[in-house]
Amino acid sequence: MGGEAEKAVRRFSSIVLIVIIVALVLSSTALYQAYELFLSNDPTAGYYLLIGFIGMALSAYMLIQTKRRMKRFTLKTQPITTTIVCSKCEFKNVRNFERGDYILKELGSCTKCEGTMMISAIYREVKEKRKEEKIFT
Amino acid sequence: MLLFVVMIFYGQRIQMYIMIREIEGSLLRLKFIRDEGRKIAIKTIKEIGKPEIDPTERVNQFLEHVTILPQSMDPAGIVWKLEHVLDVRETRFKDEVKLMAPAADETNVNNLENTLEAAAALNIIYKVIRHFYILGKKTLSLYIIMQIQMILPLIMREAEAYASALKAFSYGQPIGDGAGALVAAKLMHGHRKKKIEKDCVVAKVPLEGRTAYVIKAEGPGGNVGKPGEAIKRVIEENDGKISTIIMIDAALKLEGEKLADVAEGVGAAIGGPGTEQYKIEESILKYKIPINAVIIKEDIGDAVSPMRKEIFDATEVAVERVKRVIKERTKEGDTVIIAGIGNSIGVGQ
Repeated sequence: MGGEAEKAVRRFSSIVLIVIIVALVLSSTALYQAYELFLSNDPTAGYYLLIGFIGMALSAYMLIQTKRRMKRFTLKTQPITTTIVCSKCEFKNVRNFERGDYILKELGSCTKCEGTMMISAIYREVKEKRKEEKIFT
Repeated sequence: MLLFVVMIFYGQRIQMYIMIREIEGSLLRLKFIRDEGRKIAIKTIKEIGKPEIDPTERVNQFLEHVTILPQSMDPAGIVWKLEHVLDVRETRFKDEVKLMAPAADETNVNNLENTLEAAAALNIIYKVIRHFYILGKKTLSLYIIMQIQMILPLIMREAEAYASALKAFSYGQPIGDGAGALVAAKLMHGHRKKKIEKDCVVAKVPLEGRTAYVIKAEGPGGNVGKPGEAIKRVIEENDGKISTIIMIDAALKLEGEKLADVAEGVGAAIGGPGTEQYKIEESILKYKIPINAVIIKEDIGDAVSPMRKEIFDATEVAVERVKRVIKERTKEGDTVIIAGIGNSIGVGQ
C-alpha cells in the first residue's frame, strides 16, 4: 500500500472531531453540574445527570464510528491452489498457484512412473463465515 | 420538546447529511480500490512487458478511454454497427497493450488487456459516484443523494468484484466466468483442435456415439472470443445438419440460490453485449436447430474472481449433464455442437 492510500485512510472530517470534543466537554459539565446540585439537594440534579450520560454515550459512539472508518483498507490476496496430476499413475501434487499455471498445462514427466504431469485444477477454497439463511430454502 | 421541534424542521436535512457522510465513506473506499487497481495494472505491465519507458502516463490515458455506442434511433442493423465498434475497440486496446508491454506474448497481452479493462471499470464506477456525491452536495437535493445512497451497497459489491478480477487477470488465474470454457476444455482435451473464427478453437469429438463439435474461446489468455461466429461457421460447414446445440455458461444466481448449482434450459446461454447471441439465434432459426442451455449459477463476485472450488467441481456435473442431454435429445450418429461460453483465462484446451 502506498502513501496515497495511507493518506486516504487518515482523512476524516475535522468538523466531526470538533463536534465530538464539544459534546464531550458539555456532557462532562452537565455531569459536574449534576454532582454539585446533588450535594445541595436540588431535585434538578437528575435531569443534568441524564443529559450528561446521554451526551457521553453519544460522543463515545461517534468516536468509535470515526475510529472504525479509519481502519486500513486492503485488497486481500486469496490463496489459490494448483493441483497437478499424473495422467498415468494418478500421482497428485498440490501446491500454491504460480504465474504461468493454467488448467490442462503439461508440466513434464512424473517422478514415479514417467507419465505426463498435467495441471488438473486451479481453484480457491473459501471458508464460509456464516451459514446461509436456511429458513426459506 | 426542543428536540421534537428541531426534528420537524431539520429532520430531513440531518438525514441528508448522514447520507452524504455514508456516500463519502464509500467514495473513499472506491478511490482506494481504483488507485490500487491502477497500481496493480502498472506493476504487472512493468513485470511482464518490460517497457523501456514508464507506462504510467499511457495507463492513465487508457483508463479514460471512451467507447461511443452506435445511435439507436433507427435500430435496423444496429447489431453489426455495435459489433464493428466493439471490434475497433478491442483492436485498439490490444495495440495499446502491445505498445505498453512490448515483451508480452499473445497470452499475456490478453491478460493485460483484461487487467486494464477491470482497472478502467473501477475508474468509471469511482467517477460516477463522485459525480453524484458532488452534485448532491452542490444542490443539496435529497433525491440526488438518496438515489445514489440506495444503490451504494450493490455498487460496492460490484467494485469489490472488479478488484478481485483485476488481481486474477494480472496473475492469469481462471475465474468463475470461465466455468463454461472449462467444461468445453474437459470435453475436447486429447482431441485435435483447430482455430476457428476470432479467438475460438473447435475440436471434433466422438461422444456417446455422436459427433460433437466442441467450441471454446482460445486459452489460456483472457479471451471470450466470438462463439456466435464460430457456431455459425460450424453450422454452415455442416449444411445446417446439426441435431442440437448445447451451450454451457456461468449465469448469475439469485440471492438464496446455492452457489454452483447446475441447471438446464433452452435458448442461447451467452452474455455480453448481445451481438453473439443475435448471430446464434439467426443461424438456428435458419435451419430450425434446437438449442439447449446448461448453466452454472454464481454471483457477480464469484464470476469475476478466481474460480471457487464449488464452481470447479460443478464443471464435472455440467459435463455429465451435457452427456445426458445428448443421449436424451439426439440419436446415435447425429452431429451436435457443444459451446463452452466464458472467459478462458487460465484455462487451456
